[in-house]
Amino acid sequence: MSSRASPSAEARDIVALEGVTKRFPGIVANDAIDLSIRPGEVHVLLGENGAGKSTLIGMLSGLQQPDEGRILVDGRPVPITSPRHALALGIGTVFQHMMLVPTLTVAENLALGGPWWQRPRTGELEAHVAEITRSLGISVKLQARVAELSLGEQQQVEILRALLRNSRLLILDESTSMLTPKGIDELGALMRRLVEKGLAIVFITHKLKEAVAFGDRISVLKLGRKVGEIPPERFRSLGEEEIIAEIVALMFGRQNDESDTKERPVGATRTGIAPSLQVTDLTVAATDNEPGLSSISFDIRPGEILGIAGIDGNGQKQLAEALAGQRVAAGGSIRLEGTDVAALSVGERRRRGLRYLTDDRLGEGTVGTFPVSINFFLKQVGQAPLWRGGLERRGEIDKRAADLVREYDVRTPSLRTPIARLSGGNIQKVLLARELAEGAKVVIFNKPTYGLDLANTLASRQRIRDTAARGLAVLLISTDLEELLSMCDRIAVIADGALVGTVDNVDDARTKVGRLMIGLAA
Amino acid sequence: MNGLFSEVFLSALLFGAVTAAVPLLLAGLGEQMSEKAGVLNIGIEGMMLAGAYLGFVGAFYSESLWLGFLTGAAGGAAVAALMALLCVRLGLNQIVIGIALTLGLEGLTALLHHFQFSRSYPRLPAADPTVIPLLADIPVIGPAFFRHHLLVYLAVLLVVVMSYLYRRTQLGLNLQAAGDKPAALDVAGIDVIRTRTIAVLTTGALAGLGGAYLANVGAGLFIPFITNGAGFLGIVLAMLARGRPVWVLFGALLFGACLSLTTAMQVAGINIPTDVIQMLPFLAVMIMLVLFGRQASLPAALGIPYERGAR
Repeated sequence: MSSRASPSAEARDIVALEGVTKRFPGIVANDAIDLSIRPGEVHVLLGENGAGKSTLIGMLSGLQQPDEGRILVDGRPVPITSPRHALALGIGTVFQHMMLVPTLTVAENLALGGPWWQRPRTGELEAHVAEITRSLGISVKLQARVAELSLGEQQQVEILRALLRNSRLLILDESTSMLTPKGIDELGALMRRLVEKGLAIVFITHKLKEAVAFGDRISVLKLGRKVGEIPPERFRSLGEEEIIAEIVALMFGRQNDESDTKERPVGATRTGIAPSLQVTDLTVAATDNEPGLSSISFDIRPGEILGIAGIDGNGQKQLAEALAGQRVAAGGSIRLEGTDVAALSVGERRRRGLRYLTDDRLGEGTVGTFPVSINFFLKQVGQAPLWRGGLERRGEIDKRAADLVREYDVRTPSLRTPIARLSGGNIQKVLLARELAEGAKVVIFNKPTYGLDLANTLASRQRIRDTAARGLAVLLISTDLEELLSMCDRIAVIADGALVGTVDNVDDARTKVGRLMIGLAA
Repeated sequence: MNGLFSEVFLSALLFGAVTAAVPLLLAGLGEQMSEKAGVLNIGIEGMMLAGAYLGFVGAFYSESLWLGFLTGAAGGAAVAALMALLCVRLGLNQIVIGIALTLGLEGLTALLHHFQFSRSYPRLPAADPTVIPLLADIPVIGPAFFRHHLLVYLAVLLVVVMSYLYRRTQLGLNLQAAGDKPAALDVAGIDVIRTRTIAVLTTGALAGLGGAYLANVGAGLFIPFITNGAGFLGIVLAMLARGRPVWVLFGALLFGACLSLTTAMQVAGINIPTDVIQMLPFLAVMIMLVLFGRQASLPAALGIPYERGAR
């Protein structure tokens, strides 16, 4: 209806999104997003994991369809039904994960997608490729097998492929995540040359530095919503520091509708008390696809909540598992009330009071087909008084389970219900009950409210606050900054497997933590 | 002893090897195409049986071998269409469906044959060989290799056609991409489901043709379970051939020689239990797997149904 509202601006858009909404079971991935993409501009989509960037790209490239709203191409509403259709409309996408066939050569990959009865026209292709690469100052080995190329080279091939298809809009999804610093600079220069030729580029990233260095226009996404945009005019008029400050405010700023922002009063300094958990130089070796941990040190006193903030996938899981004993540490010490537990088994650490509440509730937290009652005591199987002589004592188990169901308000049809049938919030309550059971001294929470609805989120947070109030030491790992700010005494920021800084949760903690998270000094 | 090494015996042995190799060759080439595109086609034994039965029925009533080959190929393709619907379009488990199709077709063809012919086993007239001039007159080699039915030469020609298809055409690239990285093919604008469906249907037609040859030319009649594992040998051949049609040909000839030797040793009355002799081809499979199995490189997405946008 409103497509004629402002013809001058709309006419310049190659692609425009109007109120695009996409839902997946349980979450709204994109909530009424408006976006205008123009030729000659690098439009940066900036946001954390889960902000909805990938879903947006999926819809632009024809992999997914919006539930509401519409996408306009050249001012006309067009449903983009398939990747082929997106290509035909001039929308080329370089996905986060490489979309090349590793067993074929570069030339063969570029030829992919032609009419099936034809011979791949390699001669024609070579001339065309030479023309493009010369003007862009890149070089591509056409006869090399893709598996032999570096990731940066593969990416250039993908960009080249989009250009060969006469794309007018090039989407780069997290393209710098696997590149070396030199590769990132080269990509930036390449993007600049491309927009100078009149292409439109959508560049998706969660790194603020890249956004400011490469972008002309920045849209900030947060939890599926677009929370702000910096247009090119404003971009040019502001200095780099001012832009960064503005984006940090957009990304980590307080939302008016956040209902759970009650600050936890920071307790009186507890420097007098000996820490419950003391971690020194904890190191975990990196694997092929996961970062390791380098020299992590911190301590938590009784009654204190230490938060671990950071973009997902920076070593949070490794840290939690190394502390719990589920992952082998390469070095360092973990002292629980003064005794080193680094050499102890998972079960022994638990027995001594070190508890770990996993974020993988159904995978490693519970056995989905077992009844709720047994899941309460999974970590005590075989132990008296619930088991005697290797036999399960059902009466005893049910009695205790019934108490826990009441105490933790688990909504379950019966104690016999397989736990996988419960909602995420109720499964979380079972896990809380299990880990906070008698003898707990230090509790590690890994993303405790991830995927929960508001009521359960609030209940879980209250449970964690109560835990600390009882004098337990709490390590709270979360990717939700609001959550950390509302609960922690101190917040440490993890990036690439190392703690890059620790901030006391006082007035300006929000900005400090936000800056640490996106790679700036606090 | 004299009988075993006479010229006549030797060329009969080789002739038998080629005849036995043709169904394996066709099945192996067909399976190779499915696997290239990422579909593990365990149902190929069932497709061969469907081809053998319908091929025989077609030839029996029309009194034309070629019409028989046509109905055989159509029968195999029909079973393949069911497989494509279930495994490619609906994404069901390829192994389970493949086994179900094979077992189902074993029963169905036996049942239909029983209804049609009661317990009689009518025979087709012997196939007319196509004699290649000059070459056919070479001693031993001539009668062994150059006095076969025309379909045999066409099957060998198919090896060349397939090699060309895989290495030089767009369709070959598409097939390989569908098996190695289907998502890449999808974003390149080619429908993965359609590409895989084409591959599975071709497999069915080739397997059906192989089955029809087995019944109509190899045996001259249809008996239940006539394929006796030929389809499964085809799967082995395709896996060992590492995507190259010419290796399917060599493998098929080797297995064919074993099968032929089995018959020959029985005819020659060598004093070994027939059960042991009949194990020979399968022993050869195991030896080949031990020797070359580890080098077999299968497509990365083999056996994994493709779903757009799945993570």
